[in-house]
Amino acid sequence: MTAPSSPLGTVSVGRKVKDRVAQVLVYGAFGLALIPLVSVLWTVVSNGLARLDPTFFGYSMNGVGGRDVGGGAYHAIIGTLQQVAIASVIAVPIAVLTAIYLVEYGGDGRLARAIGFFVDVMTGIPSIVAGLFVLALWLLTFGFAFSGFAGALALTILMIPTVVRATEEMLKLVPNDLREASYALGVPRWRTICFVILPTAFTGILTGIMLAVARIMGETAPLLLTIFFTKAINTNPFDGPQGSLPTFIWDQASDPNQNSIDRAWTGALVLIGIIMLLNLAARLVARRFKPAGH
Amino acid sequence: MAKRIEVSGLHAYYGGVHAIEDISMTIEPRSVTAFIGPSGCGKSTFLRTLNRMHEVIPGARVEGKVMLDDDDLYGPSVDPVAVRRTVGMVFQRPNPFPTMSIYDNVAAGLKLNGVRGKGKLDDVVEESLRGANLWNEVKDRLGRPGAGLSGGQQQRLCIARAIAVQPQVLLMDEPCSALDPISTLAIEDLIAKLKDQYTIVIVTHNMQQAARVSDRTAFFTIAGTGKPGKLIEIDDTSKIFTKPEQQATEDYITGRFG
Repeated sequence: MTAPSSPLGTVSVGRKVKDRVAQVLVYGAFGLALIPLVSVLWTVVSNGLARLDPTFFGYSMNGVGGRDVGGGAYHAIIGTLQQVAIASVIAVPIAVLTAIYLVEYGGDGRLARAIGFFVDVMTGIPSIVAGLFVLALWLLTFGFAFSGFAGALALTILMIPTVVRATEEMLKLVPNDLREASYALGVPRWRTICFVILPTAFTGILTGIMLAVARIMGETAPLLLTIFFTKAINTNPFDGPQGSLPTFIWDQASDPNQNSIDRAWTGALVLIGIIMLLNLAARLVARRFKPAGH
Repeated sequence: MAKRIEVSGLHAYYGGVHAIEDISMTIEPRSVTAFIGPSGCGKSTFLRTLNRMHEVIPGARVEGKVMLDDDDLYGPSVDPVAVRRTVGMVFQRPNPFPTMSIYDNVAAGLKLNGVRGKGKLDDVVEESLRGANLWNEVKDRLGRPGAGLSGGQQQRLCIARAIAVQPQVLLMDEPCSALDPISTLAIEDLIAKLKDQYTIVIVTHNMQQAARVSDRTAFFTIAGTGKPGKLIEIDDTSKIFTKPEQQATEDYITGRFG
């Protein structure tokens, strides 16, 4: 470029430098964020592969000591799946309906603002406090025994605010045009919500639910206080202590024997695997419901 | 099918804001009535009071009387949802439902109100799409998403959707303002065809359009910012555009104001 007189000809040095610097910063930040992620994945996979065998999925820890080889997480996997399923079944309808109230009915009313405020407060609750709450109310006050269901109640408390916020944001993204178009056809409000607004926001809501599921699946503290602990298989979440993957990992990792530590790593790997599989399934479902034409 | 609308002493408010003031007019059945006037003069607000869409906005309310033949739209026992089935509406921006196919978009008004039966729906969809001059363009891809059509086709899809519920009156709020001239022509032809069956009210900023499509024209204006919109006059379109009664109308249509 030897034509500095042309107004269109050259990009000034200053701008080139700024562009470079910004680019380096952006890529650098991306790389930095990746380091812990890759490191965690690598450590978990490399350490967890040792015990990723049929025994791990087929057996519980019943009668298996810390030093023993073998043993598995069957009881813990069942416990986690049941507890998270129960928590989702309770939390998702409550949370989605709350969000619908906030966006479609509440407006700027005092009740809606109060609910919004308390949802924010709930989002900030440390998970152990949710566990203590269920321990105090469900177990000590009402007198129920430790059970997978009690654990699910604690997880529900943690799940509701996340799903409410995610659903609320998605419902707000649905253009008002669509509501008006539906009303103008003489469609009542509840049908508009069920058949126009929710399908339009479905993909986003599902993503929000999956993030919440991933979050509660890894919770340990509230479960220790509510499902207690067992090495044996208990397929009834309503009766007696149950296992769960996070508490399994916690228990095995605190044992100094290598066999236990190996089991803990594999437990972590399985937990990550389950969350990934659920996310994948959710994506497949979401693809089927994607707004047409995009 | 078509019904006469008689409005008397109508006021509309947005919260504390007085949007339109004391409007009275008669809208004849099987005719096209155009509303013209500067932006913010309350044409759209008034249009939305005719199918009780105004009150969808929080804090909005209406005073006065709107008679659809012998029924008072604002009577105490009237269901606004039923009113909107009788008085359909087409909006400024084409707004097909993004999750639905072309077929489902047209059938939406019936399906969402619980009408079942494939044969009946098929008939209504074809009839409505033919009515909206869109059938030939989409008959081979009824299962494709409605949002994949061009802007002009989407707007005709919205008209098909509106007439599928067989309203008595069709309100159009600047239906062509987001469209190119060719699509606009298609919609105008359609309006001329639809007026045999429906009472049509159209809000437009395009005075040539008002002159082309309407039988009667109403001119609205405001005295100033923050003042409510008013109806200045309503008369036969030919008269409004040649020798209007009011000076304000003449100033507006000759471009001296607004």
